[in-house]
Amino acid sequence: MQVPAYVEYEKATSVQHALTLLARFGPEARILAGGHSLIPMMKLRLAQPETLIDINALTDLRYIKATGGELRIGAMTRHADLLSSALAGQHFAILHDAERVIADPIVRLWGTVGGSLCQADPSEDLSAAFAALKATMVIASLDGTRTVSARQFHVGPFETVVEPGEILTEIRIAIEPGGGSAYEKVGRRVGDWPVGAAGAAVWLDGAGDLRAGGSKAGDSKAGDSKAGDSIREARIGLTAVGAEHFSAAAAEEFLRGAPASEESYARAGQIAAEHCNPVSDQRGPAEYKRHLACELTVRALRRAVARAAAGPGGVT
Amino acid sequence: MQITVNVNGTEHARVIEPRLLLIHFIRDELGLTGSHWGCDTSNCGACVVWLDETPVKSCTVLAAMADGRNVMTVEGLGSDRGLDVVQQAFARCHGLQCGFCTPGMMLTARWLLDHHPDPSDAEIREALSGQICRCTGYENIVRSVRWAAEQQAVNNHGQQP
Repeated sequence: MQVPAYVEYEKATSVQHALTLLARFGPEARILAGGHSLIPMMKLRLAQPETLIDINALTDLRYIKATGGELRIGAMTRHADLLSSALAGQHFAILHDAERVIADPIVRLWGTVGGSLCQADPSEDLSAAFAALKATMVIASLDGTRTVSARQFHVGPFETVVEPGEILTEIRIAIEPGGGSAYEKVGRRVGDWPVGAAGAAVWLDGAGDLRAGGSKAGDSKAGDSKAGDSIREARIGLTAVGAEHFSAAAAEEFLRGAPASEESYARAGQIAAEHCNPVSDQRGPAEYKRHLACELTVRALRRAVARAAAGPGGVT
Repeated sequence: MQITVNVNGTEHARVIEPRLLLIHFIRDELGLTGSHWGCDTSNCGACVVWLDETPVKSCTVLAAMADGRNVMTVEGLGSDRGLDVVQQAFARCHGLQCGFCTPGMMLTARWLLDHHPDPSDAEIREALSGQICRCTGYENIVRSVRWAAEQQAVNNHGQQP
């Protein structure tokens, strides 16, 4: 029988209250959101907090909205909320791709976006998705709030820049028109962590300007982009393969200005794989994971470009 | 700590250790053994109950988190008027063999039909994908949920689907 070790429990009623409780109970206190990562870790004694501060009553942190040119996701947003959000899917299809393969439908109803990020599992899907989107994390403390790039959020496995006394409250993603994004994952079975996974967000040269300039989104069709379109900006997220900052900076650099072609995707995949540092474990040997880093980068780029070319409401 | 949880319409107040899992609270403190304690790792879904309006794997939730909330277990699925249509379906379509996964399967099926009254087979399989039947009786489970959906449509509208 797996049961957590003895722990104290406090229920927070507001962000301010949670921060006050964190200050009172010190660095051995942990925030309890959905608990679907933390409680299993506590059963295994991999986490052994002295006090849990339950923030499930903080429903004001459960939202998805577009404000000020950004998509803003509250940290207590459940995975199922993000998966069912038309707003999130419309701007960032990668989020729906990723959520569809995170855990299982029952776990997604309870697990939270913020909790997954703060758990900081080196195989976390959302860490790669938000790295690919260059999201910004909003972190609150009693002194105010600060923001950190998603790519600077992780210090190491299971460790983030969120200090004792701080809470992740929101994730922000800049909405830049004309882009497309996608997420590709290989897992052993439903609900499992990825063996490897890659996310991509791309903007094609001219595509965003055209749409911003007033072409009707509904008019654009799949395959609008001519062969030879070039990539203005590409961002790649990787997880479970030991990629630095859950991203592939060298492959992104290669893609900037490159033609949107199979050859470019293949080269970017190779570069991404070369910069990974996967480890062999029960999910597979390191070489297989390196292969996945390459192949899944290629697939994610291919689908992201197709989506960027199709425009809003185009092919998925 | 003291918690008060409404389980199947009845308030239960108990003094518990904060580390007590909801599944053990339900089974050991309240004696409601319909909810099954399976893998203990939130994989198998035998322990699914509803916490307020949402199914949850109760091996991965603290009883403390249910304080002040409503829980529905399989014992609360039927009513004085008889079995829920999902329970009727599992009986009629042989949706169980050993029965260990059945309470969780039925509570998830009830939630699915509340939100998608006419699910496709693919939607049924997706909804149940976080739950394991070790007898591998999935065909009959899917058939049961589909029968429940059809029967519910008949009951609600008095017409054949």
